[in-house]
Amino acid sequence: MDKLETRRVLMEPLVDNNPITLQILGICSALAVTTNMATSLTMSLAVVAVTACSSAAIAAIRHHIPSSIRIIVQMTIIASLVIVVDQILRAFAFEISKQLSVFVGLIITNCIVLGRAEAYAMKAAPWPSFLDGLGNGLGYGLILMSVGFVRELFGSGSLFGIQILPLLSEGGWYYPNGLLLLPPSAFFLIGLIIWAIRTWKPRQVEKPEYQIHAVHRTEVT
Amino acid sequence: MGDLVNLFIAAVFIENLALAFFLGMCTFLAVSKQIETALGLGIAVAVVQTITVPANNLIYQFLLREGALAWAGLPNVDLSFLGLISYIGVIAAIVQILEMFLDRYVPALYHALGIFLPLITVNCAILGGSLFMVERDYDFAQATVYGIGSGVGWALAIVALAGLREKMKYSDVPDGLQGLGITFITVGLMSLGFLAFSGIQL
Repeated sequence: MDKLETRRVLMEPLVDNNPITLQILGICSALAVTTNMATSLTMSLAVVAVTACSSAAIAAIRHHIPSSIRIIVQMTIIASLVIVVDQILRAFAFEISKQLSVFVGLIITNCIVLGRAEAYAMKAAPWPSFLDGLGNGLGYGLILMSVGFVRELFGSGSLFGIQILPLLSEGGWYYPNGLLLLPPSAFFLIGLIIWAIRTWKPRQVEKPEYQIHAVHRTEVT
Repeated sequence: MGDLVNLFIAAVFIENLALAFFLGMCTFLAVSKQIETALGLGIAVAVVQTITVPANNLIYQFLLREGALAWAGLPNVDLSFLGLISYIGVIAAIVQILEMFLDRYVPALYHALGIFLPLITVNCAILGGSLFMVERDYDFAQATVYGIGSGVGWALAIVALAGLREKMKYSDVPDGLQGLGITFITVGLMSLGFLAFSGIQL
């Protein structure tokens, strides 16, 4: 695998083929953890680790998996990796793992992981699959971190728990926007991110089902 | 009894799995273009949720939790780290059994649900329901009520979204927001609406 291919596999999922904004994968468990940067970062790292390792592991045994039971085999590999990640978080970052609550476990049903296993790892060698998993995990992490950045900075005036904008209640000037800490704001932010990406890359725009007929001056007599 | 009614209301409206916890979002966004399919999927999820949450509750209570194996003479064994893999196994198995059962005895429903039934295995709302049940330490009755409530809540949310999207086909949406983008913003507004239920107690 040459350098160019490596670069493509790794970089494409970041914006051009982002799992969240284009493939509609893995939105499920992610959005609830983006109220602050620390949990977003932890969640991103967990997903990157699971996606990359599960892709590599599945690619390594792809010739030995009977296709009729492949989903169960893949699920078992993914679930075991998630258990490892969960145990590591509980051992070394207990506070954050408390905040993430059930969402670490939900990486199992995160469609990115299974989606990459099915779409790429079943057909490619372990090393490219590892990179593909890494790239898609990073694309997911990128969106997660951007949403977390906006929500924490404007919702509570801090980043990684360090106060950036001094709050009014503590003698500063910034009045925090409480809406950003509530679930709906995550939907709005992702909607806006999608809008921004698609304005930048018009190729990703979806065709409307009904075209509104533009009326020309000549038709209105 | 009052507690259980309260739990049900909370699970359907206040802690709606789709709109407050973002669970099952992938299918929620992908399969909400038409009311009919949305309704089929909603019912399937509600049924599976009603069965799996109590089933996983039994597994947790009698096999996995610390000291749960006392009846087998092993009072010091704590298998809770096996939780994730057993719950997903149970869910996959129950979906499979349900599929075979419906195929044999209720073919009409089986054909109505079609492809959605096997897909439910990887719907995070189902696994999420079981994990919340474990985290909040529900007993069997609570787990049953929570299973029904959260399933119904999810079905309600997806049918409502499908209704909105059917109307929205005719609106003039900016190019970049077309499709996925505007759907996200709509779901955000719905979730804002559901926030109005918070604080309701019976």
